[in-house]
Amino acid sequence: MIAEWFGRIGNFSLTLLIVAVYGLLVGAFIERTIAKVQGRIGIPYRQPFINILKTFVKRTAVMHGIMFYLGPVFRLAGGIGTLAFIPVIYGSETFGNFSFAGDLFLVIYFMFFGQLGMALGAGESGHPYSAIGIARGLSQMTAYEVPFALAIISIVIQYDTLSITEIVAAQQGGWQNWTLFTNWVATLAAMLAFLGMTGYSPFDIFLAPQEIPIGPPTEFHSAYLSFLQTNRALFGATKLVLFMNLFFGGATGWVELMIKTLAIYMVAIVVGVAFPRFRVDQSIRFFFKIPTLVGIFSIIYVQMMFTS
Amino acid sequence: MKKTPDTNTTLENAGLSPEDQLLFSNARPRAYEPYPIKAIEDFANWARANSLWILAFGTGCCSIELRPLMTARFDASRFGVAGRPTPRQSSVFIIGGYVSVKTLKRIVRSYEQMQGPKFIIALGSCPANGGMYFDSYNTINQFDLYLPVDLYVTGCMPRPEALLGAILELQDDIKAGKCDGANRYVEHFDEYKANQKKVIKDWNMPDYNW
Repeated sequence: MIAEWFGRIGNFSLTLLIVAVYGLLVGAFIERTIAKVQGRIGIPYRQPFINILKTFVKRTAVMHGIMFYLGPVFRLAGGIGTLAFIPVIYGSETFGNFSFAGDLFLVIYFMFFGQLGMALGAGESGHPYSAIGIARGLSQMTAYEVPFALAIISIVIQYDTLSITEIVAAQQGGWQNWTLFTNWVATLAAMLAFLGMTGYSPFDIFLAPQEIPIGPPTEFHSAYLSFLQTNRALFGATKLVLFMNLFFGGATGWVELMIKTLAIYMVAIVVGVAFPRFRVDQSIRFFFKIPTLVGIFSIIYVQMMFTS
Repeated sequence: MKKTPDTNTTLENAGLSPEDQLLFSNARPRAYEPYPIKAIEDFANWARANSLWILAFGTGCCSIELRPLMTARFDASRFGVAGRPTPRQSSVFIIGGYVSVKTLKRIVRSYEQMQGPKFIIALGSCPANGGMYFDSYNTINQFDLYLPVDLYVTGCMPRPEALLGAILELQDDIKAGKCDGANRYVEHFDEYKANQKKVIKDWNMPDYNW
């Protein structure tokens, strides 16, 4: 029993390492792609790793209080916790993680958890721009969670299960079984929410580098920042894996995972480079209009199509 | 990492009102020694050199040279250079041209909020000797009296190539462990403060901006 648990924790650590490294490499790849579009060479692939290392070996750090210290820890715990309950590779004993019957609920909770921890931490830093960034970030999060939750409810009704593994299993046997094709309405609602989740343009008002210096993490520096950078890569890759599992048929190998997640990420990037930034009231109004309506329609659609 | 013991534990913060003094830290900054094992310190210095985050604070006209540095023609991001809008996260402060007394106050505030190791590149002739503003009533002539400078790039104004060359040279110096401005500032803290207070008349901030 104990040996089995140690084995699973060891397997999860391996998954964690691969996903974090993959997330950092994807980040560098996207940066380089955007640079090429702008006629630049762009950062080297090792740059995200060096950045994390550099912030970690900074000689000084200022502490603003216990919650400031715990903010990045909660954020990273949220990222690791989210990954822990998502089966990364379908049908793999090693990369199945701690997936269980109700993991979808827990994953959605964990996605909130990190952001709330971060909000408390950044709030204690006392910097006004952090507070503005958090107010904007949390309002936007509340808005995009609505279509996302509706899409989740829709596919839960469709597959009649709360287990991510079973949702992936139901999509096996060819591309025509993916949620993208069986329930395109829910996929559309979720992908619109995904744009808000990734924080690229037009939904990057809470970071807003030019007006409120990078928003919530304004005061975070040194090792705190290295935690946040690690989590940014890890959590980004985890969200991609979750979307791939729920809507794009999951993956049975790492190559399939990389192709699919990169394709999903490209949606956010293409929209991001093509559109200017929304103000926070505009982005909230946007999410409460079309994506929410699409989400509601997805539930009606799934009731018509899949329940008799 | 070992910290040097404090010589004098608190600062006066005389520029603040008694109520405000309660709100600000009066601790003195401390000098930090490198890692005891040389290989680790060299590795850390390699990382610091290859990830230079510039504080996006243009202090004068030479800051205009920073824009072409980041865009397609010169693209400094391939050397690990990036802009950071907050001093907490930046490691390089490029003094872009002339420094008026009013700006010096903000420069000091921003520099002290940066986390060490931190580096200063003084761009243009003005921070070195006053340049064309040498006899101005509100411009300081020699910048390294007020903050420790690691590298000067002279010219009026220097081309982006010169600035890019300076950044590469700074990287070499950091890798060689020669850029120790933050510690130099702490070791000569009282002299630097005395110089700053000599020119900044409305000193209404703490003596060290933590």
